[in-house]
Amino acid sequence: MSHWLAQVTRRRLLQTAAATAATGLVSAPSVLHAQGSAVKLGLLHPVSGALSYSGQQGRLGATMAVEEVNAAGGIKALGGARIEAVLGDAQSTPEGGNAEVEKMNAAGVAAIVGGYSSSICLTASQTAARYDLPYVVDVGVADNIVTRGLKNTFRFGPGFGVIAKTALDNLVTINDQSGKPAKTMMIVHEDSLFGSGLAKLLNAQLPERGFQVLETISHPTPTRDFNNVVLKIKAQNPDLVIPANYYNEYVLLARTMQQQRARPKGVYSILGGAASSYKFVKEFPEAAQYIMDCNHWFDPRNPKALALKKKVEDRGEFYTYEVFMNYSCILLIADALERAGSAERGKIIAALEGSTFSGHVMPYGPTKFVNGQNEGAAPVNTQVLGKDIQVIFPQTFATAKPVFPMPPA
Amino acid sequence: MSGPSLPHIVLVVAVLATVPLLTVSPVVLNFLVVALLIALVGQGWNVLAGYGGQYSFGHAAFFGTGAYVSAILQMRYGLNAWIAFALGIAGGASVGAAIGALAFRCGLKGSYFALVTLAFAEVLRILASVAPITGAGVGILIALDLRPQAFQFQSRAPLYWIVLALVAIALLIVRLIERSRFGAWLVAVRENEDAARAVGVDTARVKIAAMTISAAITAAGGGFYAQYFLFIDSGIAYGPWISIEALLAPIVGGIGTVFGPLLGALAVKTLGEIAKLVTGGAPGLDLVIYGSVLILVVAFAPQGIAGLLTQLHSRLTRLRSSLPERARG
Amino acid sequence: MLSPVILVPAILNGLLTGAVYGLIALGLTLIYGVLHIINFAHGALLTAAMFAAFFAHRVLGLDPYVAAVMLTPLFFALGYCLQRLVIGPAAHGEDRNVLLVTLGLAVVIENLLLYAFGADTRTVNLDYAFKVVDLGIAFLAVPRVVGFGVVLAVALALWLVLSLTDTGKAIRAVAKEKLGAELSGIDVTHIYAITFALGTACLAIAACLLIPTYYVNPHIGNAFVLVAFTIVVLGGMGSVTGALIGGFVIGVVESLCGLYLGESLGQIGIFVIFILVLLLRPSGLLGERA
Repeated sequence: MSHWLAQVTRRRLLQTAAATAATGLVSAPSVLHAQGSAVKLGLLHPVSGALSYSGQQGRLGATMAVEEVNAAGGIKALGGARIEAVLGDAQSTPEGGNAEVEKMNAAGVAAIVGGYSSSICLTASQTAARYDLPYVVDVGVADNIVTRGLKNTFRFGPGFGVIAKTALDNLVTINDQSGKPAKTMMIVHEDSLFGSGLAKLLNAQLPERGFQVLETISHPTPTRDFNNVVLKIKAQNPDLVIPANYYNEYVLLARTMQQQRARPKGVYSILGGAASSYKFVKEFPEAAQYIMDCNHWFDPRNPKALALKKKVEDRGEFYTYEVFMNYSCILLIADALERAGSAERGKIIAALEGSTFSGHVMPYGPTKFVNGQNEGAAPVNTQVLGKDIQVIFPQTFATAKPVFPMPPA
Repeated sequence: MSGPSLPHIVLVVAVLATVPLLTVSPVVLNFLVVALLIALVGQGWNVLAGYGGQYSFGHAAFFGTGAYVSAILQMRYGLNAWIAFALGIAGGASVGAAIGALAFRCGLKGSYFALVTLAFAEVLRILASVAPITGAGVGILIALDLRPQAFQFQSRAPLYWIVLALVAIALLIVRLIERSRFGAWLVAVRENEDAARAVGVDTARVKIAAMTISAAITAAGGGFYAQYFLFIDSGIAYGPWISIEALLAPIVGGIGTVFGPLLGALAVKTLGEIAKLVTGGAPGLDLVIYGSVLILVVAFAPQGIAGLLTQLHSRLTRLRSSLPERARG
Repeated sequence: MLSPVILVPAILNGLLTGAVYGLIALGLTLIYGVLHIINFAHGALLTAAMFAAFFAHRVLGLDPYVAAVMLTPLFFALGYCLQRLVIGPAAHGEDRNVLLVTLGLAVVIENLLLYAFGADTRTVNLDYAFKVVDLGIAFLAVPRVVGFGVVLAVALALWLVLSLTDTGKAIRAVAKEKLGAELSGIDVTHIYAITFALGTACLAIAACLLIPTYYVNPHIGNAFVLVAFTIVVLGGMGSVTGALIGGFVIGVVESLCGLYLGESLGQIGIFVIFILVLLLRPSGLLGERA
């Protein structure tokens, strides 16, 4: 089951056993062979604590990318130097992430990838900035991650300003194309950074596009019971339900809606925790049918993305967004290393700034960083159709047509 | 039992103050800053629990208030960071006084008191997660401004000295309490509240005062956290994690002693690091070790580290005093 | 305000949810009432029980209700050993030490589960999980209705055990007056362990009731702990009937507050009640006067 985890663990145990004798309090995760034939990259993920699943998936994607780069001959511009992954557990807290960044810096990493949650990314990238250490955010969507004027911080994926706008634009288009079945909506969102931020944007912009928001319901993570939320949905009968929450809550919501026979014309999730999750589709095929999502997704026409999907699923894991986004971030840094021809931090930052990388697996086109944000990054729309998740919008990446409104049960 | 003398405290603080001069490792400095922060928060808890005998499970209420007041005043009202920090302490102290007044005047003690503090912390957390002024779910990001006037610095060392200074002040406060009449009343309340009342101690007043001091010290920790990490949200400010850290350090280090929280914080944090080293990247395993060692420590050193040191000390003195006899014999 | 169309199902749902809360609180209240310890490990033990129920289904193919028959004695034994061999000896009888020991246990259990089973969320997909009891004005999920019934049965059984059996009487004696009980020949250590065991056994049953409609990962126990504490205080520490009634009250309060204040702010209702009860009537609805 956690085969890759055991491999990584064994390697790590060997490394740290060698290091323990020498270090004492200063727990610098050092290395057995430090002869300059390896470039160290810090992989920071919350693999324990509340975010552990996402953290472990992120680590999976990142380590797979590192293995691939090394198998293909390493960084050619540095004489075939291998990438040496320095793993850090952010323990799902900013203090944890912070401490790991310090250790990675002390270990001499050339760059750091990861963080996952916005609060971890905010503090970790700030600490990294002290040492001009390039920090590539894997997922964290808060807009203020890239508006602090930090030269070292880059985000490969979209921030939620772009996500909200894209989701809305696409909703209008899909709605128009389907004969405008949706007019009224209800928003159900989790009450922390991403959910609240998104709800605020939606509430401001939806009326401008001619939609009516009947109610906005916020809920904590974790929420133990969605019966009341579904009751309200049934009572007000919106055309569209817009959920924005994490996996567990999304599953509970969807199951409760199925139980209570609540069936709006469509479910249009934005950054839905489960709406575009193979795990969800596999475990709850009926509850998952026809759910649309606007989320991070790989480019379905890209053979590399599909090859990675197969590799991940062969390991018995699910191909989730943390995997392919981290995978792409590592490839991005590898490309920057090639172009910089050096493992020197300043040169890597410059290389990232001017990067036009298209060897990733996301539907973004070549990268273009402005103030650290990859301009081309955007979410796409997916829908669960049958046993699979298809991209329904934009046309360039679509593999199926949207089914909207949902057919009656 | 008179506790450490002033020279003792000064010595310890002086030794700690030299650390940034001896090592340039940011890893060590960061580790120590976090440990000292926990020591500070724990010292606040210690005043109320160790000396006053009132165990609180909700010290997050004061930590979070200190952090939020300071952050809100800076970011929404443009106040100077130092003034905001001071007002944060005042805010935390007021919350302490308020909760104390409610709880103690209703006669709550023991587990009931502990649980009510827990409930207050949770209420604050929920409010902070929905109120617009705290940024609700989004939290508050303190703008990067690496100047001393903004209570931010280019290097870690100044922040280290600041938290050390705060810890030193807390140590002195506790020592002052230990030797004052207030302290005597407080300990009397801890040992036997009814007897204390019978000899004329205003027990409710004493407890509320202790809680206010306790809250102020912990709130200072919260304000410092905000300046060090520059981001807070309701889970960070008012979450159970800090309530647990606040009680863990003093109990492990020696409850009701001046140095207890400091010893405990260093020990607990070091344990965490060692556990991480030993287990490498395996998720969760380091925490299993951490928890197990905790249980073992409690099982075999119930008076905490300070207790162990005292036992050691008394054994050594007994040994020394028996030596002249042996020399003669 | 809100029409009966929403209000009635909300109240009914609250009662069903409250039943399971009550069962979780039952274990906690017994443990508190007798051992006078606040069991921080309760949430982690619930998580462990839910993993057990999950694997009973996954590996042995056992329906959760059937698995309960097997898991209850198992967790009874686990609880007995934990109290007798770990918590009791480690604490040396000091309250604050028990606090740390149960806290340490919580960390150990939760992270052992994380290390052993990974972080992802597991669910059990049962056909009857989506069946509903159609009351016209409300749809009630079958597993929750069954859960309601089982909780009532367990509470009754527990009450009978405490009132009529020798062990039960011994437990009540120790709760009321430990020294006196000891002097009359009751083995207090054994009774402490039995009580803790009863508490964990309740968790095993609660886990089997939750699994059809809920999910399991290493952290879910935490979501129920604070609510359980509130119910213990509301119902009166040590009172079985109190825990049950408290569970219903909190379930309904949570449901109605969620309805009127939104799910996020609505959680505050639970804690406001918690605070009010503590300040004004700490012995709770049915507890002994403090």
